[in-house]
Amino acid sequence: MRFLGKTAFVTGATRGIGKATAKLLLQNDIKVIIGYAHSDKLAEEIVKNASENGKQATAAKIDLSDTASIEKSLKELIDKVGTIDYLVNNAGIAEDGLLLVSSSDKIIRTINTNLVASMTVTKFVLKGMIKKRFGSIVNMSSIVGEDGNAGQTAYAASKAGIIGFTKALAKEVASRNIRVNAIAPGFIQTDMTGVLSENDKNKIANRIPLNRLGKPEDVANLALFLLSEEANYITGDTIRIDGGLHL
Amino acid sequence: MIQVDLTGQVAVVTGAAQGIGEVILSRLLEAGASVVAIDLKAGDKCGFDQNRYLFIQSDVSDFDAAKEVVNRVLERFGRLDILVANAGINRDQVLWKMTKENWADVINVDLGGAFNYFAAASSAMKQQNSGKLIAISSINGLRGKFGQTNYSAAKAGVIGLVKAAAKELGKYSIRVNAVAPGFILTEMTDKMPEKYRNMAIEETVLKKAGKPEDIANAVLFLASDLSSHITGEVIKVDGGQYI
Repeated sequence: MRFLGKTAFVTGATRGIGKATAKLLLQNDIKVIIGYAHSDKLAEEIVKNASENGKQATAAKIDLSDTASIEKSLKELIDKVGTIDYLVNNAGIAEDGLLLVSSSDKIIRTINTNLVASMTVTKFVLKGMIKKRFGSIVNMSSIVGEDGNAGQTAYAASKAGIIGFTKALAKEVASRNIRVNAIAPGFIQTDMTGVLSENDKNKIANRIPLNRLGKPEDVANLALFLLSEEANYITGDTIRIDGGLHL
Repeated sequence: MIQVDLTGQVAVVTGAAQGIGEVILSRLLEAGASVVAIDLKAGDKCGFDQNRYLFIQSDVSDFDAAKEVVNRVLERFGRLDILVANAGINRDQVLWKMTKENWADVINVDLGGAFNYFAAASSAMKQQNSGKLIAISSINGLRGKFGQTNYSAAKAGVIGLVKAAAKELGKYSIRVNAVAPGFILTEMTDKMPEKYRNMAIEETVLKKAGKPEDIANAVLFLASDLSSHITGEVIKVDGGQYI
């Protein structure tokens, strides 16, 4: 199998898009480091499940919103795990609310967890990729980062930042055979959109040309494509996966 | 390779006799699809399984001919699942020297051809309530290119066509997307003076030209269920030439 011997680090891998992506990578015989912040139980389940299916997964508990400890945790992880070939910066939070009533704590927390943490994680993983002259990085942006959304100014800012980060990094590391791309999902069925009422979800589905919300597996398929050698000539790009909502 | 299984599906590829089109044709056949190749004349490759391959000589800039081609495809194979509007030409010239033929030829083949085949294919796909329309645009349609006011306009036009069509056809489960290649080594770019080929490679961040296989990979991805929530999108395959 083509991906044999490769290792991926997926952040936010115990739920939603991260979980589906980790699962798909494992199915393709990639060793996966399951990055997560809170739920030991969910992470252990994924590792156990992988092992039962003859696949290799390791859990890595790192709280990406904790700027004080994140660098230490990452250093320990890299020392333990060695080189990482594929990185999926997926972990993200959305604490919706109008800007007028958003506390600066909330704004900073969103930008830190979604954008700054992705950059910090990448910095640590990059050293190994540069030495090996091989790597593929996928950053999770959002259509909201390109189009905005009322009630999501901090989230939109962080996700737009991911796009700028992706482009700049792509230019920086291309000479080391490392590709960097972003995915901009629309409305995907996860815990993050689970908070919407059925009524709201139906209204959104009606606005989507494909008439449905996306599944985490849809995004996972795109992530795998971007990581793979099929995308060897793709770098610095952001691909929307939104059923046509942005049109 | 990521396994893409298109067994039982029927594809049409325009401009399939050479370059990017020929490689797309081969990859679709390898994935199990039946493929109808359209071009002004047949390519050099042969040995395709005649049960799953058909060549039709046709000029993509002919609206009525496109309809006839799709009818022939339906008669022979009973369905149409994937349409790749790849046929394209360029007639480079600075704007103030561009002839009306330089302009019209490129618009009629590169944009008109995509429209003719999208229009003809969409009727069939609507009946099936399924289908994939894929156009080959260019990074020069996203940015402007010196000497290519005609080509840039046509390739940008293809993107507008893709987005509008995606909006119209989504409710019939028909997805419409584009691939925007950068500098790819083909017969089209072979004709460029070496100085310009090197300049193009210098523009990329990966410091190399792309291969037709790179474009075919993106087309296969868009043609398969792996991209089932992607529509109205343009995927750049350009080695970071236009970031």
